[in-house]
Amino acid sequence: MITALLVMAGLALVLGATLGAASVLFKTQGDPLVDKIDAILPQTQCGQCGYPGCKPYATAIAGGDADINQCPPGGDEGVRKLADLLGREYKPLNAEHGVEKPKSVALIDEATCIGCTLCIQACPVDAIVGAAKQMHTIVGDLCTGCELCVPPCPADCIDMVPVTETVESWKWRYPVFELKVQPATLPAKEAA
Amino acid sequence: MLNKLFSFNGGVKPDPNKSASTREPIARLALPPQLVIPLHQHIGGTPRPLVTVGSTVLGGQRIGAPDGNVSSAVHAPTSGRVVAIEPRPMPHASGLSSPAVVIEPDGLDTAIERELFDWHAAAPGEIRDFLRDAGVVGLGGAVFPSHLKLNPGKSGHTDTLVINGAECEPFITCDDMLMRAEPGNILRGALIMQRMLAAKQVLVALEDNKPEAAAALKSAARALGHASLEVVVVPTRYPAGGAKQLIRVLTGIEVPHGSRSTDFGVQCFNVATALAVWRALEHGEPLTRRIVTVTGNVERPRNFDVAIGTPISHLFAAAGLKPDTDKLIMGGPMMGIPLPNIDAPVVKATNCLLASSPTLFAPPEPELPCIRCGECARACPADLQPFELYWHSRARNFGRAQEYKLFDCIECGCCAYVCPSHIPLVDYYRYAKSEIWARERDKDAADSARERFEFRNWRADREKEEKAAKLAARNAAKPAVKPADGAAPAADVAPSAGEDPKKALIEAAMARARAQKEAVAAKNTDALTPAQQAQIDAAEERRKRASELSGSDAPVK
Repeated sequence: MITALLVMAGLALVLGATLGAASVLFKTQGDPLVDKIDAILPQTQCGQCGYPGCKPYATAIAGGDADINQCPPGGDEGVRKLADLLGREYKPLNAEHGVEKPKSVALIDEATCIGCTLCIQACPVDAIVGAAKQMHTIVGDLCTGCELCVPPCPADCIDMVPVTETVESWKWRYPVFELKVQPATLPAKEAA
Repeated sequence: MLNKLFSFNGGVKPDPNKSASTREPIARLALPPQLVIPLHQHIGGTPRPLVTVGSTVLGGQRIGAPDGNVSSAVHAPTSGRVVAIEPRPMPHASGLSSPAVVIEPDGLDTAIERELFDWHAAAPGEIRDFLRDAGVVGLGGAVFPSHLKLNPGKSGHTDTLVINGAECEPFITCDDMLMRAEPGNILRGALIMQRMLAAKQVLVALEDNKPEAAAALKSAARALGHASLEVVVVPTRYPAGGAKQLIRVLTGIEVPHGSRSTDFGVQCFNVATALAVWRALEHGEPLTRRIVTVTGNVERPRNFDVAIGTPISHLFAAAGLKPDTDKLIMGGPMMGIPLPNIDAPVVKATNCLLASSPTLFAPPEPELPCIRCGECARACPADLQPFELYWHSRARNFGRAQEYKLFDCIECGCCAYVCPSHIPLVDYYRYAKSEIWARERDKDAADSARERFEFRNWRADREKEEKAAKLAARNAAKPAVKPADGAAPAADVAPSAGEDPKKALIEAAMARARAQKEAVAAKNTDALTPAQQAQIDAAEERRKRASELSGSDAPVK
């Protein structure tokens, strides 16, 4: 009887210690759901969702404060992916937050730029190079197309240029077999 | 030496259609009125242009400098004037444009003084740099910079160097004709490669449907008398010329998913690449010309030795393009890509130009549902399950397609060739591959944006903290200095400093201003004479009137 109690108590102690150690050793840092949501978001950091960046929006979705259809750059596909991940119902993009547009990058008209640095301060991903009273330019490869630099520009010298396809970024099209109308003479021939 | 040949699974035996273009020897094609030399002709970085519009160039002059090590130089094939550096249509399925140097030949064909290079004495790294600057890339179709492959790696040696002259695809004969024309120089190039790779043996392999080339190579090999060099004739079966398939036939090594043949001590080069290496090192001649088969629906199918940059229309004009041609293909009928633009130039990757007509290639039959017959899996030389790849690619289920090793597919077209339902299987694989690449590019861009955004936030926080720390330091320093000035300001600052540094700062500034004002006022208005007092009164009167006037003006405004 006592042996049995001791054995059970010993087992409970050992298992408890193992579980306790595991919870300390394998502690997950941060919220894995937020990271999963953040991985789906396009990282445009445009703030159209009403949050100051993609990560805050991901946190808000995970916390149930924001809906999944507030990200225009992620588009319809992004909403579907979020719905899949969270097991929620798909809903179309909320027009309040903007509409899905083809990807563009900002381009500074360098002749008009007065070097005020306002766009540099607005850029969320540090994609604009320049200094006070010096010409600014945008590093096209780093630009996410968030358009945050456009309103602060006092000289109105920033344009959003849609990204065009190049030989490198070109994609093979989904194979479609073109249906051709059979010439009307064919059945007649067969009959003959 | 080589006792036994192995075999690969699958494969097909399409009609070779090679005899038409091998009747005549290689013809050197006259220069066109304009050469369009794309800067990006190989895998890797786009070369930077070295010439400007209006400048004159000589034959063999470098016009594009390699961008980094995974890149290769580009040269002018002849002397002339640069008339433009602008995007021009590429020989690519998209028909899109890419930056190119446009040269108008002057007809003199003056060559630049050749940079002779003593490769016998040079270190392997120097030879590789030289080949990079000579623009030598793989001419079998993949156009991978050769200098990167001519590196024995960590082990310092290679077991087998395979020189690939199999040329298994129907219609294409450029390697066949090259092996007949210059067997000795191809083998010399192979021996240079052997030395660079420290390879134990060199196997020059070609299919048994090229007896003339085999005989030429064999007699050239006897003349060279190298014991480690062997010409091997392999059975004709498409795609025996695929690098992995040929390596398997020659050595029995099956290169598994995710590894390279070099991991097993085997390296593979095309015969034309071996010749380009020999020409570059022995004669200092950069890669500016190549052999192109022009065949199919043309009057005079033939192989042409053409300058890179020659418009494709120029080659078809020389071969006599028949009027009922409905489609142009770069490459062969199995793996070739459609060419939307006949004015696109010949590039280093152009091995064959094939004109198609409804009589030569029957129009594709309607795609029928997959009946799961498994013919494609039996034909697949990469031992994949093409029907699985097809279903997942078709359903845009790219993750699953990748699980079935979509990227091990060499796009040889055997599966589509045998498919009884006429499904254009390779089109689906190409679609899925480019879609996956695009997604990966997008993901990389998103990751970099996230990193930059987080760094920016971190920097903003750091700046804020630094500012606060500076302020705190200043405030901490102040009480020590101030008591000397006067007791009042110090007394003002001291109690509030602990609560809020900002508020304390403002209060201190206000106290200083008050003290200053008092000091100034006290000095200025002491001991005035009656005359001065009268002046001041008059001025005050004027000021009062002025403020009244402006006050009455204000509503009018």
